[in-house]
Amino acid sequence: MAPVVQIKDLHKIYDSGEIPVHAVRGVSLEIHRGEFLALMGSSGSGKSTLMNMLGALDRPTRGEYFLDGTDVSKLDKNDLADIRNQKLGFVFQGFNLLSRTTALENVELPLLYSKKRLSNKEMKERAMHCLDIVGLSKRSDHMPNQLSGGQQQRVAIARALVNEPQVLLADEPTGNLDSKTSIEVMGVFQKLNEQGITIVMVTHELDIAHYCKRDLILRDGVVVRDELVKDRSIAERELQRLAEAEAKAKLIGSPIPSA
Amino acid sequence: MMRFFVTVLMALRALRRNTMRSILTALGIIIGVGAVIAMVSIGNGAKAQVQNAIAGLGDNLIIVSPQSLNTGGVRGGAGTGVTLVPADADAIVADLQIGSNKVMSVSPYIGGGGFQVLANGLNWRPASLLGVGPDWPDIRSWRVADGNFFSEEDVKSAAKVAVLGKTTADTLFPEGNAIGQMIRIGSIPFKVIGLMDTKGFNNNQDQDDVVMLPYTSHMKRLTRRTNVSSIYVKARNEDVVDRVKQDLTDLLTQRRNGVIDFQVQDQAEIAALRNQATTTMTYLLGAIAGVSLLVGGIGIMNIMLVSVTERTREIGIRLALGAHGKDVLTQFLIEAILLSSMGGLLGVALGIGGSTIAGKYAGWAVEPSTSAMVIAVAFSSMVGVFFGFYPARKAASMDPIEALRYE
Repeated sequence: MAPVVQIKDLHKIYDSGEIPVHAVRGVSLEIHRGEFLALMGSSGSGKSTLMNMLGALDRPTRGEYFLDGTDVSKLDKNDLADIRNQKLGFVFQGFNLLSRTTALENVELPLLYSKKRLSNKEMKERAMHCLDIVGLSKRSDHMPNQLSGGQQQRVAIARALVNEPQVLLADEPTGNLDSKTSIEVMGVFQKLNEQGITIVMVTHELDIAHYCKRDLILRDGVVVRDELVKDRSIAERELQRLAEAEAKAKLIGSPIPSA
Repeated sequence: MMRFFVTVLMALRALRRNTMRSILTALGIIIGVGAVIAMVSIGNGAKAQVQNAIAGLGDNLIIVSPQSLNTGGVRGGAGTGVTLVPADADAIVADLQIGSNKVMSVSPYIGGGGFQVLANGLNWRPASLLGVGPDWPDIRSWRVADGNFFSEEDVKSAAKVAVLGKTTADTLFPEGNAIGQMIRIGSIPFKVIGLMDTKGFNNNQDQDDVVMLPYTSHMKRLTRRTNVSSIYVKARNEDVVDRVKQDLTDLLTQRRNGVIDFQVQDQAEIAALRNQATTTMTYLLGAIAGVSLLVGGIGIMNIMLVSVTERTREIGIRLALGAHGKDVLTQFLIEAILLSSMGGLLGVALGIGGSTIAGKYAGWAVEPSTSAMVIAVAFSSMVGVFFGFYPARKAASMDPIEALRYE
């Protein structure tokens, strides 16, 4: 089967300053359906630039990028927008939900810009279905500021899923979350991946990368390591362990001695 | 189409999110349009009143009045000259009425007011005290209700007789026995010989609040003047009006050895002259409207620019999720148009309400103009398009990566 993402010798050079910055220097990569890839690297390694190009938000200076058979590197602005809408789903570090807009309406947003015309009812149904997948169907009428960080990120994941994308792109999705919520979000990703959804995730936390199947490390714009994750963490198990530890802490925890 | 409808809904939602700010933003447009609608309504009312007044003068009427007087380079208004005399009226009668039979009736006219009238132990200051000829009722199509109008004889002898309008008669003689009674104007007694029918209000003036004397009596006994204010001429029918005007001009020019110090106007010309003032006012209003809409538009542009900056992240999200630049442009443009056209609609409501209240309070005639309303709303929407375009394009041309990174 053809890889869903195929990159050949991708370069990105920023020309805006005095000295041109060569952010990505010849990355070649194939991602197959059902993969769960972690993209790691320190800041300045080029991982964000690579992610922007993968997300069709930016065009490479040189090289080829085939997404689901389409040569993305040659498309114009509006076609890129359609690619983002139809073939990609985005999850951001800062959630990026529209404020004062209900969870359901946030999830519907990509459908509004979809080329496929759906009736209001169909849109609502699909958005509800996606909220159901992330376990938030009961909170569909909540505003983002009425939801916790983890819940907001789950709404964002539902929004990314609503157009049934080929690849789900997550840019440090756990960066703004505490460790337990991070594991919960990773659990959602693992569940989606088991259902066959391809996920590419940028992170700089090693333990978070451990929930993925494949680990890619970038340094100075080139891939320095590309290997399968050994001893993969399973979110469900980790959460269980955490719950046990908490319960134990409560059992042993002695009351504050009175003076 | 569906996409457009959704965009309108999104724009409405965005405006509702900041209700107070939206109202304040539209306030410039609301006040501008409101002022224009109110002014046009009042102006139209005034215009209609003037036209009614001129139409109410009588049919096929021609008015000869002295040319305006120039005093040291200052041009007075029409009728400030003192060059028309009763002999002119006599000549018109001799030449055009008896001579060529084109004219039905002729009457000199002396206007004025401010005379105290005493009668029956009461005193009253009628709105006008006119000096006219015996043909006056015919010229003004005004019936005598009781008694008689004064005759040619009364004019010749400068008789001390008077005819009263309904209001004056009712005020001075509440019992209704005016005919045959004496009234005093200043120190001179006049005998009431007739009462006029009700004529009603014209141009906010009670036409029935009037005392009419033979013009000769007015001149010799009351004011000691030798000229008349104007001469009213009634043509035989509509077709000869132009002909009569020419004849009047020729006759009076001849009588003055070629000096033209008078003007001859028919009702249409008088109406046109009076309308000129209203038209000037309308242009002025248009200019004010333009300025206020411009200011309102700048207000909208300002707020839209603030809004675009404030919602940079939202724009980034929309673009990242697949919105085309066109979608974002439409969204912000529609917001601007909604702001301005709703402002326009509210302004129309404000203008109608305001002018109605002002009209009630000040006693002005008010006539709202549908075309002015349509133009005002359409124009304010155009202001929205014009001033909303720049901020909207700024939003649409954002780079999604930059916009998403914006804090």
